[in-house]
Amino acid sequence: MAERVMMKGNEAIAEGAIRAGCRCFFGYPITPQNEVPEYMSRRMPEVGGVFIQAESEVSAINMVYGAAGAGVRAMTSSSSPGVSLKMEGISYIAGAELPCVIVNVARGGPGLGGLTPSQADYFQATKGGGHGDYRLIVFAPASVQEIIDLMFEAFVTADKYRNPAMVLADGLLGQMMEPVVMKELADLKMPPKPWATTGMVERAQNVVNSLGLVGEDLEKINQRLQQKYREIEANEIRFEDDGTADADLVVVAYGTSARIAKSAIAKAKAEGKKVGLLRLITLWPFPKQKIAELAKAGKEFLVIEMSAGQMIEDVQLASGGQTPVHFYGRLNGAIPTVTEAYQAIMKYMTGKGVE
Amino acid sequence: MERVFGRAAALQDRVNHYCPGCTHGVIHRLVAEAIDDLQVREKTIAIAPVGCAVLAYNYFNCDSQQAAHGRAPAVATGVKRVLPDRIVFTYQGDGDLASIGMAEIVHAANRGENITVIFINNAIYGMTGGQMAPTTLPGQKTTTSPFGRDVKTMGNPIRVTEMLNTLQGPAFLARVSVHDPKHVAKAKEAIRKSFETQVNGQGFSMVEVLSTCPTNWGLAPTEALKWLETNMIPQYPLGIFRTPEEVAK
Ligand SMILES: Cc1ncc(C[n+]2csc(CCOP(=O)(O)OP(=O)(O)O)c2C)c(N)n1
Ligand code: SF4
Repeated sequence: MAERVMMKGNEAIAEGAIRAGCRCFFGYPITPQNEVPEYMSRRMPEVGGVFIQAESEVSAINMVYGAAGAGVRAMTSSSSPGVSLKMEGISYIAGAELPCVIVNVARGGPGLGGLTPSQADYFQATKGGGHGDYRLIVFAPASVQEIIDLMFEAFVTADKYRNPAMVLADGLLGQMMEPVVMKELADLKMPPKPWATTGMVERAQNVVNSLGLVGEDLEKINQRLQQKYREIEANEIRFEDDGTADADLVVVAYGTSARIAKSAIAKAKAEGKKVGLLRLITLWPFPKQKIAELAKAGKEFLVIEMSAGQMIEDVQLASGGQTPVHFYGRLNGAIPTVTEAYQAIMKYMTGKGVE
Repeated sequence: MERVFGRAAALQDRVNHYCPGCTHGVIHRLVAEAIDDLQVREKTIAIAPVGCAVLAYNYFNCDSQQAAHGRAPAVATGVKRVLPDRIVFTYQGDGDLASIGMAEIVHAANRGENITVIFINNAIYGMTGGQMAPTTLPGQKTTTSPFGRDVKTMGNPIRVTEMLNTLQGPAFLARVSVHDPKHVAKAKEAIRKSFETQVNGQGFSMVEVLSTCPTNWGLAPTEALKWLETNMIPQYPLGIFRTPEEVAK
């Protein structure tokens, strides 16, 4: 039976993971995601799982590597400076093709930054962060309910492609409380993991590894990885299209700024403006084709981000210079208000002479 | 005819890449024999380090994971916690364990993780071409201490086993050497005991093995064995530092 409860975003991350079959959590405290390890430390023993407060983010992600390599659903969560530390392990996990989930409840940077919400980790999440040619499947929830739903999707997709998935939220989503519908623990049919290192009883040796010492071998490994990434791009792009078809201006946003954009768009629409919203649910794979089509149809774009402008580069690339791509951003630690987002929308509507 | 000597089942039938005279090979064999003796090969998972033993999974005949530099104890923790009835061991050099991975080894030991650590101390970074390690002896020349390790600016060699022996977590701690047959026999005994500690669920075990690096020490294999005996043992005294029986008391 589905139950309706009030929940904090960070708790939803934890409970959503458990309901998705996650049975081990390795983490290290950092604000604003501390409720995740705190919740896990209470709940994991109840479901027969493993909780370890690691000595560092570096250790936590490497514990995830070990556990994921042994074939179980494993996760870690952190916030921006901690996620930077995890990047070493994430690169190894991607190289060894292990499924797992990494959550970033992002805060402002660079450096120690601050504790307030930010979207300035977009580049790190979608372009690497760790070394080498690898990709994370990056999910960007915009509500507490969606956090729960996407935690499930993240584990399933990670398993499907043997690839690490990241859930990129921000401090506001982590701290906000909203009513959610908790589904019963699903029938967690996990795919078989014949590659896992579980002991070689009646089978050949399994090795979890990201080493390719011979140059050409390593190139082959990378070609296979790239092939997998193309497959993910073909199958896993997710976005919410809210009236882009008959819009003159398409707002592109994700997470918290998409929520704010939504209210601002409603206000502009009430005044008869033709504005639509393209809310990204996966940041990678990125909806290149969708944006190219909208650009071809002559629509202008407004990217709203809580950063100096990171995702705007992907929108510009995808639109191929066919129409203008505008930007409204607030830097680390500042959240745009609905009024500011509305004013930004009106500015570019006005500029276009469609008033 | 009765067969009295052969390859350990826990070793693959493969020529290893270690330099001639390097004692990594001997130590691999001792580890494999311990696994065979305890009949746990099919449920053992090896964690390979970054260092000369990075390819250990090509030699040990058991499931294996290759870890990032220094992180093997964290990886082993992840494996062991989700598969508590399996036998998990790491095989790590001194650069791997005592430098970049110092936090990982201290905390795995302190948590009393029921894993086994085989710690190869050859007082130098082998794989990267002979740079100074945390275990390099005072005055020892390496490519990054070309005038000899000056303890005033480069610190003193770290005695890892003594350091871990200050923690309450470990159940078995020993330092052994493989510079002659008598010591190889003792090393074998300690390595076996370290695996037995894990099989019995008694907690964290580590054997530090003094090992040679003829290539980077710039010595012939036999001279290297002699150098180990005369220079390393005084700095790194051999012995059993702790046993599960003492812990139980
Ligand atoms: C993060 C990182 N830093 C540095 C290296 C380069 N590296 C490879 S092996 C090694 C030293 C290994 O020395 P040790 O652990 O003593 O093992 P040995 O080679 O002597 O057996 C280093 C520094 C690396 N692979 N990764
Ligand atoms: S470099 Fe040194 S430690 Fe490495 S295999 Fe050669 S002799 Fe052994």
